[in-house]
Amino acid sequence: MNAIGLSFFVGIVALTLFVTYLASKRTNSASEFYTAGGGLSGWQNGIAIAGDYLSAASFLGIAGAIALFGFDGFFYSIGYLVAYLVVLYIVAEPLRNLGRYTLADMIMARFDQKKIRAAAAVSTLTIVLFYMIAQLVGAGALIQLLLGIDYWIAVLLVGIMMTIYVLWGGMAATSWVQIIKAVLLMVGTVIISFLVLWKFNFNIFGMFTEMKSATAHGEAYLHPGVKYTNGLDTISMMIALVLGTAGLPHILMRFFTVKDAKTARSSVVFATWIVGAFYILTIFLGFGAAAFVGSETIIAANPAGNMAAPLLAQALGGDLLMSFVSAVAFATILAVVAGLVLSGASAFAHDLYGQIIKKGKVTEKEQMNAARLASVGVSVVSILLALGAQTMNVAFLVSLAFCIAASANLPVIIYTIYWKNFNTTGALSAIITGLVTALVLVLLSPNVWAADGSLFFTGEALFPLTNPAIISVPAGFVAGWVGTLVGARADLKKYAEVDVKANIGLK
Amino acid sequence: MAKKLESDFSPTATQKDKTFPAPNYAAIAESPEFKSLKTKKRKFILPIAIFFLLCYITLPILTSYTTILNTNAFGDVAWVWVYSIALFIMTWTLCMIYVRKANGFDRDADEIFEKEKAGGYE
Repeated sequence: MNAIGLSFFVGIVALTLFVTYLASKRTNSASEFYTAGGGLSGWQNGIAIAGDYLSAASFLGIAGAIALFGFDGFFYSIGYLVAYLVVLYIVAEPLRNLGRYTLADMIMARFDQKKIRAAAAVSTLTIVLFYMIAQLVGAGALIQLLLGIDYWIAVLLVGIMMTIYVLWGGMAATSWVQIIKAVLLMVGTVIISFLVLWKFNFNIFGMFTEMKSATAHGEAYLHPGVKYTNGLDTISMMIALVLGTAGLPHILMRFFTVKDAKTARSSVVFATWIVGAFYILTIFLGFGAAAFVGSETIIAANPAGNMAAPLLAQALGGDLLMSFVSAVAFATILAVVAGLVLSGASAFAHDLYGQIIKKGKVTEKEQMNAARLASVGVSVVSILLALGAQTMNVAFLVSLAFCIAASANLPVIIYTIYWKNFNTTGALSAIITGLVTALVLVLLSPNVWAADGSLFFTGEALFPLTNPAIISVPAGFVAGWVGTLVGARADLKKYAEVDVKANIGLK
Repeated sequence: MAKKLESDFSPTATQKDKTFPAPNYAAIAESPEFKSLKTKKRKFILPIAIFFLLCYITLPILTSYTTILNTNAFGDVAWVWVYSIALFIMTWTLCMIYVRKANGFDRDADEIFEKEKAGGYE
């Protein structure tokens, strides 16, 4: 990497650190630490949501997946985008009207039991961990490729930086980092897409014709089925993608950073436009990389294809463009990771520490300190796990996080908002069943077991699908229903309160 | 800013430091205007949610078990791409529809809000 590349890196890092410093001067309360004091406007939060959402998995992973597998890689783009409708129509506004800092808070509006708070916190932490490992693995591969340093050093570097961000600025810092990053990402993606189109003479149909013979797959490249040969597995993964967003704790927290439901609504719409435009452009990233870099080079840099986008930038715009794109990817990962640490830290500090251990009798300062300590803890654990996960596919880990979110969080969110008779037993059953089913099925899946010993364990996988959503999501919903039938009667007065608040925003 | 205790941030605590008593949620929930708002919302949200989820999941079902989407639609662009872009257009459209509808719901919600403030639910 030449001097220009390094200066780009340093520049972007310095910029974000500066923003963090500014934000830290205004972060004096737990409220501000978690939610930027509820002061972001609709479009600002919209860009921040987009920035949070377009993680390394989107930018690096999908570009790589489309480059290597053609249409099958595009499934991710479709899933991630339509998922926003689930958020907008079903979950966003009721959540904002009811909730405060965390997912557990939202459920607590109706069920005041420590057990539920603990279960929701555990679920949040599990999801955060999977998501985080994915980002750190991506970061490691990226920095390893660009700077030529070892994977483990790269992971450590990212881990320490993100901890600094969160410790000093909390949500305000991550909000602004997200916004900067989203803008940079769109700019970089538009530039590369433009260059790709230019090389195809701005003829999209011509591009498709050329892609028929651009890869070793031949015509099959343009059709589904190159990578996903198991029909049920594909459907299962698509279920996870479309339902998982609505259950992702770090996305849901974004809704708490605006002052009312109307702003939350407009910010989600903003985000959908930005995110949608980006995913259309991934087609150009993927096709371009396949045509102008070639699958061999891509796989040599990273077997999962994660380096396709930076390599494409290099092929089209030399080291300059590659540096810019890589710096953007770096900022991307940093920002998402900071948001994740925050989610995990708040689950610990606010739910487990503040409410359960300290029973609500904790000052602002104590909670802030607990949050900061928890941030460090979450960072350390995920760095350690990421160090051991170098060869795992980034997009797979993320889709797994989505599966857990869809199985453990979504059923309870929907039932809490919409079902009058839902009770505590139902809530507990839904979270635990969804979480455990998803985890157990993953542990028994072909992701972990291989007959030739190439993965974690040797042997035949007992569960044939790589993504268990098609089983674990219904399991969560069914458990919520059965638990409700079995448990004590629901507090209908409480539901009236929840129902009114969720719909009217009455405080 | 006065030092606040953690417990002050719980959802129900906000009523304690207000000068007016907590709203009578049960009364509001039973009121005809609230019920009509909820019915309107349900009639809007439920059919659309089912619609877009079905449209969405039909794609992998078709690609997994049939090959009808593999035939070309325009030039070398297969129907599977056309279907996918249609899903994008569907998403943007439904987004805009939602905003418009939700503004309408806001008006109804505000009426109930104002009535509550004026003490109409005792």
